[in-house]
Amino acid sequence: MIVALILLPTFAAAAVLAIRSAAARRTLLVLVALGHAGLTAATFVRPAGPQLGGWLLLDPLGAVFLAILSLLFLTAALYGIGYLAREARRPTGLADEGFLATNQPEAVFTACLLMFLATMTLVTVSHNFGLLWVAVEATTLASAPLIYFHRQKRSLEATWKYLLVCSVGIAVALLGNFFLAIAVTEPDGRSIPLVLNDLLAAADQLDPTWLKATFLLFLVGYGTKMGLAPLHTWLPDAHSEAPSMVSALLSGALLNCAFLAILRILQVCSAAGLAGFAQPLLILFGLLSMSVAAVFIIRQDDFKRMLAYSSVEHMGLLALGVGLGGAATFGAMLHALNHSLTKGMLFLVAGNLLAAYRTKSVAGTGGAIRVLPVSGALWIAGILAICGSPPFGPFVSELAIIKAAFDQNATWVAVAVLSLLAVIFIGMAAAMLRMAYGAPPERLAAETRPREQACTFLPPLALAVLVLVLGVYVPPVVEDALRLAALALGGRQ
Amino acid sequence: MDFWVNCLVVLIAMTNLRLLGSSRVVSCVHTVAFQGVLLGVLAIVGASGGLAAHGIVLAAVNIVLKGLVFPWLLMRALRETHLRREVEPAIGFGASMLLGVLLIGICLWIGSRLPLPVGVQASPLLVPAALFTLMVGLFMIVARRKALTQVVGYLSIENGITAFGLGFALKEALLVELGILLDAFMAVFVMGIIIFHISREFDHIDAGELSALKD
Amino acid sequence: MDATQLIHPLLALALAPLMAGIVNKTKSAFAGRNGPPVLQPYRDLWRLLHKGAVYSRTTSWILRAGPIVSLAAVVTALAMLPFGGTAAPLSFAGDLIVFAYLFGLVRFLMVAAALDTGSSFEGMGASREVTFSALAEPALLLALAALARMAGSPSLSGLLAGAVANPAVSIPVLLLAAAAVGIVLLAENARIPVDDPNTHLELTMIHEVMILDTSGPDLAFAGYAALLKQWAFAALLVGVLVPWRTGVLWADVALALAAMAAVAVGIGVVESTMARLRLVRVPQLLLAAVACAALAVVLVLR
Repeated sequence: MIVALILLPTFAAAAVLAIRSAAARRTLLVLVALGHAGLTAATFVRPAGPQLGGWLLLDPLGAVFLAILSLLFLTAALYGIGYLAREARRPTGLADEGFLATNQPEAVFTACLLMFLATMTLVTVSHNFGLLWVAVEATTLASAPLIYFHRQKRSLEATWKYLLVCSVGIAVALLGNFFLAIAVTEPDGRSIPLVLNDLLAAADQLDPTWLKATFLLFLVGYGTKMGLAPLHTWLPDAHSEAPSMVSALLSGALLNCAFLAILRILQVCSAAGLAGFAQPLLILFGLLSMSVAAVFIIRQDDFKRMLAYSSVEHMGLLALGVGLGGAATFGAMLHALNHSLTKGMLFLVAGNLLAAYRTKSVAGTGGAIRVLPVSGALWIAGILAICGSPPFGPFVSELAIIKAAFDQNATWVAVAVLSLLAVIFIGMAAAMLRMAYGAPPERLAAETRPREQACTFLPPLALAVLVLVLGVYVPPVVEDALRLAALALGGRQ
Repeated sequence: MDFWVNCLVVLIAMTNLRLLGSSRVVSCVHTVAFQGVLLGVLAIVGASGGLAAHGIVLAAVNIVLKGLVFPWLLMRALRETHLRREVEPAIGFGASMLLGVLLIGICLWIGSRLPLPVGVQASPLLVPAALFTLMVGLFMIVARRKALTQVVGYLSIENGITAFGLGFALKEALLVELGILLDAFMAVFVMGIIIFHISREFDHIDAGELSALKD
Repeated sequence: MDATQLIHPLLALALAPLMAGIVNKTKSAFAGRNGPPVLQPYRDLWRLLHKGAVYSRTTSWILRAGPIVSLAAVVTALAMLPFGGTAAPLSFAGDLIVFAYLFGLVRFLMVAAALDTGSSFEGMGASREVTFSALAEPALLLALAALARMAGSPSLSGLLAGAVANPAVSIPVLLLAAAAVGIVLLAENARIPVDDPNTHLELTMIHEVMILDTSGPDLAFAGYAALLKQWAFAALLVGVLVPWRTGVLWADVALALAAMAAVAVGIGVVESTMARLRLVRVPQLLLAAVACAALAVVLVLR
């Protein structure tokens, strides 16, 4: 079953390159997304056994991230039908620069999208650290062409930064793998295989100095990909220049995958009794990321960059939650789910706004609620949700993390988080108000504007409903899955 | 054996310094190729306890890739993009070299802080040498403006890591070792394509011009 | 005092001009010319000594003191160098620092004398000389420090004694130190790629331009001091590069002299095959020397 999850999108990617008809390609994309989601759901009903000698294994932690990925990809694929059709008619690419951009061939784009899904799935099920690394590297290579969908200077710049910064980060993580390989070498020269479960079982035999160095390198290496400050520099560029459906996947799924890679080494460190070394580092990086995000969100005029910095903020919050441990771990898992759904929805809506206004500037996007009634309303709801306002999901999970911080007497952490969240709320809400209620540009003020199409707003609407539901009631299935994941990380409750 | 390891480490340190000090793109490419070869040899010489057969094959493949294939790819990119041959440094050559000397010290210090576990047998100079190469690569990426020289920096990072991986004769991590080669190859390949696009879009490959996106 | 200790100073005083002659002959051979006779530097010095000196009215005693004190300082420095198997007449703990700074004194006086003339050309040369030596000096000191640490001796005689204790460490260190000293040799003695001793364009010269106003016996002294300085650095390089001793005094001295001749030919080859660096690139070359020397120190220290 695990192998099928990876092979399905891989074969589909090959097939897509051969298909000539655009409609057939888009149908196949959705069918694969549906199939992937179905298989993922099936793994919850009937857990899949280990594959390839334990290298591939779906444990509770991986399952949570797989489910998030699958759900988000399905939504993005559904949104993609309308998006790709619109792009084929009228590329949004160079709206800012005044002349028409060409897009990448759609077949290549779709194939890369499917490969992106395959590689991210591989990340969630890899239990061998080498394989995990290969998978994360593969996500970079598969997603770089996606960012360069609009063939223009700005997206090229974003792609270059993404490729270079993430490659360097990944290289550092590779060094971490080697350090881990040294840490597992026993005095007689034999070594423990780099498979998660074997490492957890033999954790007390690992060399602590090298394991600490390993954790640092993993944190820096995969942290680059996860977007932890100060290694986040590629993130705002890539998220703002990529097509909106790709931004949604980058923010909602890819960052999580990198986070998962850090969690894997955290598991090993905790088992080896080094949680006291690892967790403060996570808290530090978490707070730093939130601070940097807060600084850049205030007065940000590009709404996609604003969302990107919000991703930096939430990745920081996830790292912080796991760093606190205990009940906050559960909160972090729940928050990972909430953030992915909310941010995915926001990027999809941002795509609609971008298509209508043809600018990413907050100032140029006034009156969204009148120009695009549904998307405008979703935008307001999404911003409120991502800032942690009740009754949406992120509120619950952020509350869980902050409450855990207070319970652990980490008062200053809690206060810092609360004040940063407040700053970010002010920054994002100000932008949101200007966009929703400001005066629309003259071109769009006329009553002759086209109606919104259902395929552009139904996928984000579905996500919004999910986020709202999660804010009111966490279904037992979800709660159990998250609880098991938190348990795997050593969190209580 | 110690003698050869020491000589190689000195040579590697000097290639790194040359990388920092050279003002022409061509000599950067050649230097990084030479460095790749040296590190491959170092991995073979420095891994005492005998390198397994697959290790030697990997080191050999590595030497061919880093010493011949990559330089060829980069030189081709250099020819086809008709760029100016000077390295454009953001941090001057002199300051770069002084920093390089400082980095040597830091790497040796880190190396002394990370004693190899009893079970691992390798020259103690391998860790600092690999780290130094890696840091020089990082520095090149930060302090050089051309996209091509940034790729050279990336290769230097990759060289350092490869030396590390091969040098410790990792027994079961065949996958990881293959990963290095694939990674470096794919990355250079993809970066090569992007460089081609950059040169077409911007008429040059000065990454310093890639500055439209900022806050 | 052992009589053999005087061998090196006497050889240096006698043969330093010959070394310059060999360099010139090598360059001529590369250029396909006959070139001046090997003994030409002696004749030049002799000729200058028989001329009268002309002093500008604006100059003071500093201009006159420069060449004489330089010569004295260089001869003192030479006395600290062991050569071949012979011991140095002057040897004490820390003499390597005195050695380095005697050349500092030479530089100071030559620069002061150049500035004393009040000519803008000479001022320019002086400023270049000081700029480059600020980088050459650390390279020399670091290289000497590495060697001293390796030999466990704080004096030149000890560190050039020629014992190679642990070849695994010492040979790379010796090579690095030799590279550093070699570059310093080129820089301190106004050789290509740092300075061109044959150039007659004041704008590009460093050393030659500083003695434009020196004439007659003063010029002979300055020139002789420069030749002795070149000998001293070459002897240092030979001491580093040729650490082997046969134990037989005359054989050792002969070996060292042969090595000196080889160094002279080497300088000639470098001057014939390389172009002079642009002035802005010179500091990079010297920094490379510093880097080599620092690397040697680091290798020794670990």
